[in-house]
Amino acid sequence: MTELPNSTDRKMGLVIDLDTCVGCHACVISCKGWNTENYGAPLSDQNPYGSDPSGTFLNRVHSYEVQPEQGHAQLIHFPKSCLHCEDAPCVTVCPTGASYKRSEDGIVLVNEDHCIGCGLCAWSCPYGARELDLAEGVMKKCTLCVDRIYNENLPEVDRIPSCVRTCPAGARHFGDLGDPDSDVSKLVAERGGMDLMPEMGTKPVNKYLPPRPKDTIEEEIDILAPLLAPVAEEPQGFMGWLDKALDKLPGGAN
Amino acid sequence: MHPAPSVIIFTTLSGLGFGLLFFLGLGQPAVTGTVAFVFYAIAFGLACGGLLASTFHLGHPERAWRALTQWKTSWLSREGVCAVGALIVMGLYALGAVFMDSQWTLLGWIGAALSLATVFTTSMIYTQLKTIPRWNMELTPAVFLSFSLAGGALLAGAEAVAPWLLAIAGAVQLAYWAKGDKALEASGTNLGTATGLGDRGAVRAFEPPHTGSNYLLREFVHVVGRKHAQKLRMIAFVLGFALPLLLILTPVQGVAIKHVFAALAVISHLAGVATSRWLFFAQAEHVVGLYYGKR
Repeated sequence: MTELPNSTDRKMGLVIDLDTCVGCHACVISCKGWNTENYGAPLSDQNPYGSDPSGTFLNRVHSYEVQPEQGHAQLIHFPKSCLHCEDAPCVTVCPTGASYKRSEDGIVLVNEDHCIGCGLCAWSCPYGARELDLAEGVMKKCTLCVDRIYNENLPEVDRIPSCVRTCPAGARHFGDLGDPDSDVSKLVAERGGMDLMPEMGTKPVNKYLPPRPKDTIEEEIDILAPLLAPVAEEPQGFMGWLDKALDKLPGGAN
Repeated sequence: MHPAPSVIIFTTLSGLGFGLLFFLGLGQPAVTGTVAFVFYAIAFGLACGGLLASTFHLGHPERAWRALTQWKTSWLSREGVCAVGALIVMGLYALGAVFMDSQWTLLGWIGAALSLATVFTTSMIYTQLKTIPRWNMELTPAVFLSFSLAGGALLAGAEAVAPWLLAIAGAVQLAYWAKGDKALEASGTNLGTATGLGDRGAVRAFEPPHTGSNYLLREFVHVVGRKHAQKLRMIAFVLGFALPLLLILTPVQGVAIKHVFAALAVISHLAGVATSRWLFFAQAEHVVGLYYGKR
């Protein structure tokens, strides 16, 4: 039960393109919607219209600023959900066998009928991928939309996770990361897909594609620079006199 | 980490209770009849009271029995198995001591071993978590075991070993604090590795995913009490180890006064360990806090 499978037939997972994500949070909303109406207990909200709203989400989008030593700061939107780790600590710590990793496709799931809501799996997850639902008292996590991807009642185009189907920027990709010839594996190889917190030894299946380097068009802009240069660094004429006069008034300058 | 009262009460009381059961199992003191009844009532009260408190933070306490099934991989499950085993074995041993005036030595030794194993498995629940570097150290089981043995010796009136065990527990506590303060940095995990963007420049959390709070922040990012951490450490150390040591080493006349001093030592130790345990949780930084620009 809580023993991890030695290997899985496939490694289904997500590839998230940090270069493309625009931070619109559409994946967050579609995830909440699908997973509230379908698999398992609904994702509850507490005090949703009050002064201190909070709720259970399986996917959240952070935004980070990266300031390189040279050049401009870059803003990076960062969606984060369960990475369906190969060496998932959340599975082995579970005392009841409610947490498990499927040997057929590697998806990490929670059997909500066996979960005692102790929270230890969330403690063991470095990524904050698991949240205890306060209304149901059971642990909720990304199911990789296990009720969509094999669902023959849905049109084929919809048999992918809700977040991937929704993303308007095409920043999310779904596939078998265990198959080196799959589209997602090729994408990871081509773009240098990376693991989050590799030092934790969790071996995440989901990969993140780093932002592409910024182009260096600034050099070329110099052609127009003389036309755009500031006319005067120091105020002249009447403004110069006013500046000096105001400086002389008591109270000091800022 | 959020210092949940249920978990602090659990680890403090059951640690002390299983410590006392360890000494009782070894026949220290070798009590029978009514005196034994009082000793076992205290030990079982502490151990069971603590275990009951720990179920209060569960989402579904009625399913708690399932936690005994996954001992192959889960330290929490192993703790449950050891605790149930220790309570059953020591319960039988107590029946012999209280009602049949007999000490079943072998049973006592097994019970003592299981009691200590319970404390060790409890400590491993925390120690195993790589996500909390301050707990992911060899000193964490040393803290739980040395505290439990010192408290057990105090309660059991084991005068020969209690001062030594208190001194050892105090030293382990100081070492744990000293090493723990450097643990997060030493782990090498920071916002750079968390986002994978660290080699591109300095990463700063610009905007959180939501305007309100959430389960992760409530459970893992507790910064409120850290302000007074140094003062609380002093209080924990003095109440937990220094004062009890002073109280049991002070030479006094008469059995009654000696018992009063011993009782004061136990109460002081309990208050100190509870304070230390509060700090154990409140000061523990979970790496998920990094994603929120916090620790």
